[in-house]
Amino acid sequence: MERIDMQQLKSGEVNLGTSIMAVQFKDGVVIGADSRTTTGSYIANRVTDKLTHVHDRVYCCRSGSAADTQAVADIVHYYLQLYSQTSGAPPPVHTAASLFQKLCYENKDNLSAGIIVAGWDKEVGPSVYNIPLGGGLFRQPWAIGGSGSTYVYGYCDATYREGWGRDETVEFVKNTLALAMARDGSSGGVIRMCVITEDGVERLFVPGNELPKFWTGTEVLSQPKGKVIDPQVVPMAVE
Amino acid sequence: MDHFPTNWGRPRNDTWDPYATYPIHQRPQNHQPKDRFAEGVQHTQQPIVTGTSVLAIKFKDGVMMAADNLASYGSLARFRDIQRLHPVGKYTVLGAGGDMSDFQYIQSILDELIVDELAAADGHTLGPKEIHNYLAEVMYSRRSNMNPLWNSLLVGGYKDGKSFLAYVDLLGTTYTASTLATGYGAYIAQPLLRRAVEGRENELTADEARKILEDSMRVLFYRDARSLDQYQIATITADGVHITESRKLETAWSFAEGIRGYGAQTQ
Amino acid sequence: MTSIGTGYDLSASTYSPDGRIFQVEYANKAVENSGTAIGLKVKDGIVLAVEKLVHSKLLVPGANRRIQTIDRHIGLAAAGLPADGRTVANRARDEAANFRETYRSPPTLKALADRLGQFVQVYTLYSSVRPFGTSTILGAVDKDGPSLYVIEPSGVFYGYHGAAVGKGRQLAKTELEKLKLSELTAREAVIEAARIIYLVHEDAKEKEFELEMSWISPETDGLHLAVPQDLFDEAETKAKEELASGFE
Repeated sequence: MERIDMQQLKSGEVNLGTSIMAVQFKDGVVIGADSRTTTGSYIANRVTDKLTHVHDRVYCCRSGSAADTQAVADIVHYYLQLYSQTSGAPPPVHTAASLFQKLCYENKDNLSAGIIVAGWDKEVGPSVYNIPLGGGLFRQPWAIGGSGSTYVYGYCDATYREGWGRDETVEFVKNTLALAMARDGSSGGVIRMCVITEDGVERLFVPGNELPKFWTGTEVLSQPKGKVIDPQVVPMAVE
Repeated sequence: MDHFPTNWGRPRNDTWDPYATYPIHQRPQNHQPKDRFAEGVQHTQQPIVTGTSVLAIKFKDGVMMAADNLASYGSLARFRDIQRLHPVGKYTVLGAGGDMSDFQYIQSILDELIVDELAAADGHTLGPKEIHNYLAEVMYSRRSNMNPLWNSLLVGGYKDGKSFLAYVDLLGTTYTASTLATGYGAYIAQPLLRRAVEGRENELTADEARKILEDSMRVLFYRDARSLDQYQIATITADGVHITESRKLETAWSFAEGIRGYGAQTQ
Repeated sequence: MTSIGTGYDLSASTYSPDGRIFQVEYANKAVENSGTAIGLKVKDGIVLAVEKLVHSKLLVPGANRRIQTIDRHIGLAAAGLPADGRTVANRARDEAANFRETYRSPPTLKALADRLGQFVQVYTLYSSVRPFGTSTILGAVDKDGPSLYVIEPSGVFYGYHGAAVGKGRQLAKTELEKLKLSELTAREAVIEAARIIYLVHEDAKEKEFELEMSWISPETDGLHLAVPQDLFDEAETKAKEELASGFE
């Protein structure tokens, strides 16, 4: 039997083995990402910015090959500038997502790119689109992506509620990413977030040493018996 | 024909990933590049985000079709609100299993076809027969270019007083019958559908047809690990196309409460 | 037509000394000889109507349509050379389909008119081609609501509340200006459109004509469709009655 090729990435390729996320709320969207870029198990960049501007009120979160997703984002950025100049208005989020989808679908044999597109437009307000590996297009109230996301589907399903405001949404994104980064070796570093509303884009930053803390198991393994649990630990809220 | 979309394009043995749980972004591939150029053009892909079975039967007044709302990502139930039944024009419904991005592409080329047909305004409209034939041509030409659209599709419709129900898949294979099922459904639901429908196509009422599909969807939910208990039903009759809102299956589990062990154990 | 014989009117790629392109102006003449076409942009939709002159009794009724569908929600009425009108319409369909494919959403009429304007303009630049002898009225209901544009042979296009091209355009425009277009419903506009076409038709001079009408209204679910037969008949009957009473 022929040996099977386990490596989807080309050899030596820089990988965004990532945790990314986008959530819509009443007035806008919150997007977030970790900051780790790896080649194999070496961290090529520990402060990467995976939240990429493609238009004034439309951003994307990139996962997969760094080279592929940058190239795709650059092309979409170009198309959206063209669109806004010719139509005289900023592009709807759906338009941006469709362009990403088109590129990812038509070049699926050559790309490894999982992209979340999110933003605000005057037609539908906030919206989030997920474009996973094969190049399908799926609208969702919240989307997670990258290798880290597989560890936090349950947390998101249990936690997410409709009708949240800005601050609750930011907390949700921050906690989800922290949990994903804690379990996924290919994710880590800092949390970068953007709040995109009609009024503008606000950047938020959580340093790697100030990430929300959850249960880590250390008190079971290495703490002396009888020690009180560190009060800093936030219990995971599940209703 | 292998009716499991997740198996398509994958190794024939169970050495790697027997339960299809392997993270997809590192999916094993069937072959290694043979030389520097072999990885240059690598067309024949694999399905990534997939839908499972579609079921359809003929009944007295037309055709009824059912599919659940799940789009899987390997074993991950990734999108749970996906519609896999797509109306095409006024007389036809297309149900899709297999790769969802290819299904979306098929939707868009059919949409273009319908717009062209509307613009022609020549007094002709496309019925299910024409749409099925068009799809068969598209599917076969794509497989002949070694770049198939990774789907198995059911086309159901009703036009000019006649029911139509047919299958077409990634190879361009077509067939027609009064009951059809794709994916896991071809193994599990098809026998149930045949027993319930064959010979009674002109007697079954809409309610009876709906019950038959519902029962089959329930069995599929019990036995197909890539299925969901949320589904939709499309009905195509002389009145046109109607697709229900997403509905939930009633399932029974209480019988399991008293089960102990796996043999002699009693407590 | 003092310009004739000066030699500056032989090619679309040559200006006259006073800065005109006669071939384009001649193209406009081709439009002016054509049966009138009008478009109305109203409160809840669009109505297109055409006075299709029938040059032979041997023609099959309904042949050589001058109102065409471009996309689900876009209609086009052409005045001028019918074959040129079809060329522009075919290009419009291609552009609309291209927009759909690229952006996965229906084109706005503004975007389509922009692309068609560019297409038509290119035919005014070269000696090897002839400018289009057609003015096209484009009507649509898109995400911005109803909109109406006219593309002229030069490639310029303007947005209108009401538009008229062809033989009877002057009278038609006068009639359109009398209407409160922004308060009219599409149903009411169909009646007005039929009336205007019958009014501007010069019975004495011209041969017979067929009235062609299409609309996009709440009743068509956003689609560009022919006006339904009952409404068409009602509008045509009223138009004939009014015309008859006006002559008394």
